Amino acid sequence: MTQRIAKKVASMPPSGIRAFFELVLGMKDVISLGVGEPDFVTPWHIREKAIWSLEQGYTSYTSNQGMIELRREVARFIERRYGISYDPKQEILITVGVSEGIDLAMRAILDPGSKILIPEPSYVSYEPMARLAGGRPILLPTRIENGFKLTPDQIDAVCRKEKNIKAMLINYPCNPTGTSYTRSELGALARVIKRHDLIVISDEVYDELSFDFDHTPLAALPGMKDRVIYLNGLSKGYAMTGSRIGWACGPDDVLAAMTKIHQYTIMCASITGQMAGIEALKRGSRAVQDMKREYMRRRRYIVDALNEIGLECHMPQGTFYVFPSVASSGKDGMTFAQELLKQQKVALVPGVAFGKSFTHHVRIAYAASYEDLKESVRRIQIYLASGS
Amino acid sequence: MDEILEILADDARLGADEIAKLTGKSKAAVAKEIAGYEKDGTIVKYKTVINREGLTEADSFVMAVIEVGVMPQKDLGFDSIAERIYSFPEVKSCYLLSGTYDLLVLVEGQTMQTIADFVASKLSPLPHVRSTATHFLLKKYKEDGVVLKKTKSRKRLNIAY
Repeated sequence: MTQRIAKKVASMPPSGIRAFFELVLGMKDVISLGVGEPDFVTPWHIREKAIWSLEQGYTSYTSNQGMIELRREVARFIERRYGISYDPKQEILITVGVSEGIDLAMRAILDPGSKILIPEPSYVSYEPMARLAGGRPILLPTRIENGFKLTPDQIDAVCRKEKNIKAMLINYPCNPTGTSYTRSELGALARVIKRHDLIVISDEVYDELSFDFDHTPLAALPGMKDRVIYLNGLSKGYAMTGSRIGWACGPDDVLAAMTKIHQYTIMCASITGQMAGIEALKRGSRAVQDMKREYMRRRRYIVDALNEIGLECHMPQGTFYVFPSVASSGKDGMTFAQELLKQQKVALVPGVAFGKSFTHHVRIAYAASYEDLKESVRRIQIYLASGS
Repeated sequence: MDEILEILADDARLGADEIAKLTGKSKAAVAKEIAGYEKDGTIVKYKTVINREGLTEADSFVMAVIEVGVMPQKDLGFDSIAERIYSFPEVKSCYLLSGTYDLLVLVEGQTMQTIADFVASKLSPLPHVRSTATHFLLKKYKEDGVVLKKTKSRKRLNIAY
């Protein structure tokens, strides 16, 4: 056998920080600020609904697109919150988390060589998924100096230079930077997107965790609904990462294409997760607001504390992440993370995981108790003072 | 509820400086607000939730929930009789309820006998007390929103994207 592994998979670079992850996972008594999920458990009424559904024997497949009751709840939620109407029968697909939605969207719209814009730093799956789908990712770097925001000029310039760019991915509030966009900032981005006729995959899974202004879906802007694949889910806002429930909304032709791939690969999302999802959307908003308030307090604390100990940190507008620079320590982010882990048992994620050029950043997830955050800051301070 | 009260209700040990960091207000403003709440009686007291299950024999105690039926007094309603009842140090909590009885009284004593004596010699003979029904408490699971059982360690991975 010449080469067992398909070339397109073999050529995918392995995550450069896998060794670091192994190190963390093999260590005990670590305070972790390295987890991309809430530290809350799923609210009890939602878990209780999942238990009830199992007791009642809801253990079968569902429709490929997901239970119609859940799709209706998703449609109601989006209409109520953002005033966008999606037809639950044609324009909404229940996915296994937003991660599946990203894969489906890429495969549905990218042909071999199709160019897609992907901001940087960004969540780890976008670029590999685009490549696996045959696409050609073009990275759009963002910088701490302007709060890690994409600008319309930047998109315009790349589109003029590269020609024939088909799609763009955007994620806001953003993992790992926490950056988000106001309605008017999005309006300016939308004008460029329309000018260059781009299809947009918009990952808005942190929409419930927008702290400084109301979240606006890109699809809510005039003329955008027909060119946006709007992805969202329950993992972050509702603390339901383990339930794996997300959804994709968009124009019916794109959704039909995504559903084709979904039906052959996934069949359907788990019925238990979907039952929990119906309960979450019907009655979960209070719990979401309680968690959001808690994250906002921790955000204020961690941003101030990091800046006070000399690590430059911008104030993110959402999520539960900050993406400070550790340049002042004289270390790169990877060394910083490794030494901090070994010497002080605090885990965070080196910035390079989210983009090659972010060598001097780290991602801190403040989805941790206030006590753990305080103790972590104390330990980071000791580590910085030790200078080793 | 005001954010400062919400934070203190969850952790009364936090000082004005820490609450200032969490809320984005100045330390002086937080201190002033807390002082105001203490003065006007909104903040009554700072207490600790203790699970006494693991404590020694000497600290052991018995609790009872007593449903008390009373005859309300003209012009004074239930308040006056409630005051006579809640003033006993054995009474840990006292609530006026709607329904088949009037006051719900939580009583604490060293032994069942202490509580029996309290009901027989103090509570029942009070004028205006019509009836009592005493239920001894067997186990506390949750108090003031706090689950008393120590929860298991976290189930999250230590690192993930």
